[in-house]
Amino acid sequence: MTAATATADERVAHVGALRRVLLKPEFGALIGAVIIFVFFAAQSDVFRSMSGAANWLDVSSTLGLMAVPVALLMIGGHFDLSAGVQTGTAGLATGIMTTYWGLQLYASWAVSLLLMLVIGFINGFLVTRTGLPSFIITLGMFLGLQGLNLGVTKQVTNTVQVENLDLVPGYHSLFNILGSTFTLGHAKFQIAIIWWIGFTAIASWLLLKTRFGNWIFATGGDPTASKNVGVRTDRTTISLFMMTSAMAWFVGNTQIARSGTIQAQVGIGQELYFIVAAVIGGCLLTGGYGSAIGASLGALIFGMTQVGIINVNWNSDWFKLFVGVMLLLAVLANQYVRRFAEQVRR
Amino acid sequence: MTNLEVNEVTEKPTDVPLLEIRDITKTFGSVISLFEISTMVRAGQVTCVLGDNGAGKSTFIKVLSGVYQPDHGQLLVDGVPVRFHTPRDALDAGIATVFQDLAMVPLMAIWRNFFLGSEPTKGWGPFRRFDAATAKRITRTEMGEMGIDIRDPDQPVGTLSGGERQSVAIARAVHFGARLLILDEPTSALGVKQAGVVLKYIVQARDRGLGVIFITHNPHHAYPVGDRFLLLKRGRSLGDFAKSEISLPELTRLMAGGAELEQLAHELERDEDGTGGVGRELLQDTETLG
Repeated sequence: MTAATATADERVAHVGALRRVLLKPEFGALIGAVIIFVFFAAQSDVFRSMSGAANWLDVSSTLGLMAVPVALLMIGGHFDLSAGVQTGTAGLATGIMTTYWGLQLYASWAVSLLLMLVIGFINGFLVTRTGLPSFIITLGMFLGLQGLNLGVTKQVTNTVQVENLDLVPGYHSLFNILGSTFTLGHAKFQIAIIWWIGFTAIASWLLLKTRFGNWIFATGGDPTASKNVGVRTDRTTISLFMMTSAMAWFVGNTQIARSGTIQAQVGIGQELYFIVAAVIGGCLLTGGYGSAIGASLGALIFGMTQVGIINVNWNSDWFKLFVGVMLLLAVLANQYVRRFAEQVRR
Repeated sequence: MTNLEVNEVTEKPTDVPLLEIRDITKTFGSVISLFEISTMVRAGQVTCVLGDNGAGKSTFIKVLSGVYQPDHGQLLVDGVPVRFHTPRDALDAGIATVFQDLAMVPLMAIWRNFFLGSEPTKGWGPFRRFDAATAKRITRTEMGEMGIDIRDPDQPVGTLSGGERQSVAIARAVHFGARLLILDEPTSALGVKQAGVVLKYIVQARDRGLGVIFITHNPHHAYPVGDRFLLLKRGRSLGDFAKSEISLPELTRLMAGGAELEQLAHELERDEDGTGGVGRELLQDTETLG
């Protein structure tokens, strides 16, 4: 036994080092991000300048803030197609309550958060209670909110946007928290980039270092097995949907805080990009595997590509083609990595 | 953990069984899955539940582990009537079930699976976190206690062999306290050697003073380790025997449904081609079984 132990341990030490790095779900996205960065930085000095970085980090952060909770939700085994439109709902709610109904800014901020948590709860509750695919439930929520956003905005404002939040008392403190910039090397960086990094770190800690994180992996990996050992899978799922909605609240309010104006159709179509970022970051579509850092790297790839194509003076019409190819490559790489991970030892 | 010597305790007669099952009935719509099933298990003993496919073994376990609630009848833990509404209730009463699918998530590391649902935490308030170092250490030692060397607790469970997975599941249940271990067909998917290893774990768990309910359709696995045998057929009890009341051939005969087996043997013998031999063998078997 002891002899066998010794040899077995040696073998692990030998194979383990490489495999452990390769097995990190975010490994592929990290390599991808480095390649994309080198590619554009080599061709454009705008891209590699500080103001260039501020530009592509801004695009990345807007996407990345949402991609992180969406990734957690995917690891937990679900989609939220209403994640994009929810950012619009949150921003519009804050805007309408303050500028048209005269509610105090932070009060309406809180009410808007409450509204989003209710929406997230409804998503999670319906998914867990009915057992229907989250795809269909949140598709319903997506369409419903899309109509609600447009209907209510038109009803209240007679236009398709809510404006003048910047005239509301207390706007500047909200602006400082969500919409301001900081200067680094003569370039102005959005404060949202800091929030993005912070939320990514928190989400990653939550996922890998806490009991809740363990339950997210388990719920996505095998809900029945998890339930049988006492994991509260329904509660985990509902919490994940509520977290996604809470982040939509944060992102939606960031949108309106930056300029004081928000369009009724904001966020529509974004939900797929959140999912793309999460998948490029190593999340499996089937759940149970993925990473928060990976999702942020996916968003970074996305942002760098979108800005980089403009920086190198390509026609930006090609952007979607690029994203499509990236997505397919990422899915193939994930497939390969997972097979490698699950491969029976030896 | 504890010395084997300590567990001489089991020789002291305890009058109250660890778990007593009284007249449990469970129906699904018009289907009677279990009808008035009774048995018991004492600490340091193994009660085997035997039955063919569709006998109600799985429903029986799910009632004991809190997945289903019985329509009639009682469960008594230490002589006190209890009702399990969720698997968690059963776990809290010290009843741990190793399900056939092992309740493990293949993509997750061994140590994460080991503590799934009962994660040790450290830290305070919002900084409370999963104590990974402790979890890994305990996983390694507990597995070692069962005589299994896991190469790397970070390995995904999906990469383990069937027997290894079984051992992780059993070691987990033993660690979590279980005073009563329910094993759902732990040997059914295994080769002869691996099945022997699992039987050894059952004996080890018993010697540690745990009560074990061992579900199987193989009397040859059940008889050597069992102290008590409950036979199920189509949701009904064919009998609940102490080891002294039944022999292996009798058990096998009851299991196979004696008369039916003879009928089958004759049918096979009537065949003129190659299958005749099989029929004769089967007939001889049934005769020796009495």
